[in-house]
Amino acid sequence: MQNLFTAMLSFSLFALISGILLAIATRFFKVEGDPIVEKIDALLPQTQCGQCGFPGCKPYATAVAEERAEVNHCIPGGERTMLAIADLMGVEPKEIEEGPTAPMVAFIREDECIGCTLCIKSCPVDAIVGAPKQYHTIIAKDCTGCTLCLEPCPVDCIDMLIKPELLEHWAWPLPGSNRAELGHERKEQHHA
Amino acid sequence: MLKSLRSLFQPKVTGIYPEKHKLTATAAIAEAPLSSHYILPLKQHIGEICTPLVRVGDRVLKGQKIAKSQGYLSAAIHAPTSGIITKIGEHAITHPSGLSMESIFIEADGNDQWDTTLATLQDWKQLEPSILRERVRLSGIAGLGGAVFPTFIKLLQDKNHPIESVILNGAECEPYLTNDHRLMVEHSEEIVLGLQMILHMVKANTAIIAIEDNKPDAIACFQRIITAQELHHIEVKSLPSSYPQGSEKQLIEFLTKKQVPAGKLPLHIGLICQNVGTTKAIHDAILWGKPLIERVVTVSGDAMPNPGNMRVRLGTPIDQLLAWHGLENMDGCHLIHGGPMMGERLGHAHAPVVKATNAVLAFLPQTMMAAHKEESPCIRCGDCSQVCPASLTPNLLADLCRQDQFEKVADYHLFDCIECGCCSYVCPSHIPLVHYFRYGKGQLATIKREKAFADESRQRSSAKEARIQREKEAKEAAAAKRKQARAATAPVTPPTQPTEGQS
Amino acid sequence: MILLSSPHIHGGNSIRKVMFSVILSLIPATLFSVYLFGWLSFLIIVSCMGAALVSEWGCLRLMKRPIAPMFDGSAALTGLLIALTLPALTPWWMTILAAMFAIILSKQIYGGLGYNPFNPALSARVILLISFPLQMTSWITPMSVDHLLNLYDFSIASQLFFFGVQSLNTSLDAITMATPLGHVKTALSQGISVPDALAHYPYHWLDAFIGNEGGSIGESSALALLLGGLFLLGKGVIRWQIPCSFLITVALLSLISSLIAPNQFAPPLFHLMAGGLMLCAFFMATDPVSSPVTHKGQLIFGIGCGLITWSIRNFGGYPEGAMFAVMLMNCAVPLIDHYTRPRVYGRAAS
Repeated sequence: MQNLFTAMLSFSLFALISGILLAIATRFFKVEGDPIVEKIDALLPQTQCGQCGFPGCKPYATAVAEERAEVNHCIPGGERTMLAIADLMGVEPKEIEEGPTAPMVAFIREDECIGCTLCIKSCPVDAIVGAPKQYHTIIAKDCTGCTLCLEPCPVDCIDMLIKPELLEHWAWPLPGSNRAELGHERKEQHHA
Repeated sequence: MLKSLRSLFQPKVTGIYPEKHKLTATAAIAEAPLSSHYILPLKQHIGEICTPLVRVGDRVLKGQKIAKSQGYLSAAIHAPTSGIITKIGEHAITHPSGLSMESIFIEADGNDQWDTTLATLQDWKQLEPSILRERVRLSGIAGLGGAVFPTFIKLLQDKNHPIESVILNGAECEPYLTNDHRLMVEHSEEIVLGLQMILHMVKANTAIIAIEDNKPDAIACFQRIITAQELHHIEVKSLPSSYPQGSEKQLIEFLTKKQVPAGKLPLHIGLICQNVGTTKAIHDAILWGKPLIERVVTVSGDAMPNPGNMRVRLGTPIDQLLAWHGLENMDGCHLIHGGPMMGERLGHAHAPVVKATNAVLAFLPQTMMAAHKEESPCIRCGDCSQVCPASLTPNLLADLCRQDQFEKVADYHLFDCIECGCCSYVCPSHIPLVHYFRYGKGQLATIKREKAFADESRQRSSAKEARIQREKEAKEAAAAKRKQARAATAPVTPPTQPTEGQS
Repeated sequence: MILLSSPHIHGGNSIRKVMFSVILSLIPATLFSVYLFGWLSFLIIVSCMGAALVSEWGCLRLMKRPIAPMFDGSAALTGLLIALTLPALTPWWMTILAAMFAIILSKQIYGGLGYNPFNPALSARVILLISFPLQMTSWITPMSVDHLLNLYDFSIASQLFFFGVQSLNTSLDAITMATPLGHVKTALSQGISVPDALAHYPYHWLDAFIGNEGGSIGESSALALLLGGLFLLGKGVIRWQIPCSFLITVALLSLISSLIAPNQFAPPLFHLMAGGLMLCAFFMATDPVSSPVTHKGQLIFGIGCGLITWSIRNFGGYPEGAMFAVMLMNCAVPLIDHYTRPRVYGRAAS
């Protein structure tokens, strides 16, 4: 019986000392501020497209940080962004409902443009140039493909085009298990 | 067995000893006939794309500059023959993706008439290095060993890094390839002269001609010239025929026992390397005023009816080149652009010969299938680490790439991989290690680019927000002012229109 | 078109070639085991290899994977290696259990070839030793041609294999003997000094080099194992780092200890020849999957194996510790690999 008490006493003491140490540690190594919003924001693609249901990337990042939003709402970011956020937040990854989309870029059919500047106002990244009563045009290299300019256009002269694949942006895909198909490919060539 | 016993006593043997298959080692360089048309992609080098100097319908002369460098890191393009520009537009190139590139199409007129505006520089010994270098730049010369780095940049003098020695790279370690070998045997005098021009340009004192010991005839040629002309500052060195002996950094390490520090160039340790083909091109440009419009190409492989070496104009369609060697129907074989270790599979046989084309190989399907078997799991045998010339641990690196662990990949020095292919070559599990590394490098580049784009977008969006905020404040201030003014019944001033545009 | 990355030629090495070279290199030891223990060896080897192959097939079928890996030789090799580490008196069900354990619980459950942290053959052997200590430490006297226990008679051998010693109307003690290591260990615990103990062992301890002593069927002959090991070294299938550092560490430690206290510690040659050291050093520790990739790491791995083997043999409860040593070092492989990466070309040592 005495053994039991000794054990209980020593463990309680140990727990108490550890607790005090922890308390001291939190006081001395306290992290100032909460950089998690910035960290999430840095992971987001900054299209400011609002497809997540929030009015931009930063608001979504804040929502995720405050656990008001799931990690899987960023459509343009795709799986990689979702995994990175899930990893950062320490939550289970969730599947993105909409499938991966090809990167898009907006294009104005200039001969139909009436120069109303509404699209310019709606562009979150200032990628549309033009003045009232002048043709507007989209700076393709700065366009994030957010589609926010489509709705305001009164004459529907903006198209979303698939971004052309650039030679210098081409990257090797993951090696597939299709190497065994080498023989089949040859047969197909023969038939063709 | 003997070889591996030897390796017991040499703890670190890098590289491999593949079967060399030098089918065309004794085949003299043939002159290619004139093709009916030529296609010149606007980028045949490492660096920035060129801009065309000609328009459709223009008549050009052989050697006339038809596209100029746009940036600094670039190499101009010249017409391979005289003729008419028929089209400027996209055409398939020798890229593994099968994507196409803006190209200039020339219909040959058959006269093959030279443009003689480029003077010959017979008195190069008296000329300033900068003049010679400018000639090299204007001639569009890029490294013909396969890397196609614009050559004039390599010949620049850096005050802080004087060049002590020039290494002439005649290793040609890739199996099947014999274009450099034949060039060395048939044009050794020009190459030695070109080497002296390089020495003059970089003000170096000594030179080493490095040749693998499986080309004794080339070694003998150079030795004869050097003894005859008493060129005591040039030394011919025979190298073991391992692969990748001809890789610049590995060659330097073998010859000088020095390593080029990571992220630095050979010039930082007082050396430059030039390929023999490039050296011949430098000679031709300076002494004969001939820009780079042709190169020697090895046409070989086990599916090639008549393998050989040929001096081919840049822009020649590859199917035309293959037809000259008896290969008309390409369905039954696989085409490789370059050597079997580092070359890429050709998507389109009608892609043209470019400055990087050191060989076109045709392989039988069974050869190709034996090399590209289905991948098995890694058994961690360590053969890949054993042969890696960059001393990486390829199997661990490939695991990281496969699992998309790109943060760790930098720690394992993925970008120090030279993609020589030794690891894939020895892998008993047939793991396409190089493919994994390329995937990893591509993904890292994509991530970096997307990150940069996102950062830029973030800046633009916050700038816009700030501007809207400012405009709103200005409007409010103006309204307040107006109100105040009205209250004071002073004359009303029109509110100032906030300026539109980026702030 | 299928994207194929360079290189477009291959050296021709394959997993199958690697595995079959190892099997080939084990032929001397296998033949010698048959010479020592007759049909009994043969039965153990066949049942182990057969069970390993069947387990592999079953696992691949269950996991709905292609069954091609069954023929890459790895399962056959695991079976053979288990068999060679078993005592000649192992009953049939135990051989099958060992092979099943090796393939199912020590290899396939981790994802199959290439993913197992431990050498499957070794872990199976260790599990048997812990679960069935009596059977696993009963060593039959080799080359028995007794009319009751003629191991070269197939019917007697198979009776022993399938129905046990009892079926032959003889007791275990009558037909078994101690291994050299066990003999010395027992002697030391009874207060007999090492030189005395060795003098009273029925065989000269140098016989162990040729292999005329009790022990597992495949570990008796250091010579046969050495031949196989040299073959593998020559073929480049294994590298010198692990076996050399392993053996040299054991030799050095036992040399020093036997010089300091010759009555407590056996001499280095005895340690090198006895027990499963040779088998472990050349065939178990060098298993590529569960050993380090880098040369430096392999040296550390070998030294660690040697140190632990020597410690267990001299201070531990078991007479033989080579298997435990290799398994313990297997645990450390990811760590060793991480810290022993070679210096990359053109970079300072990290």
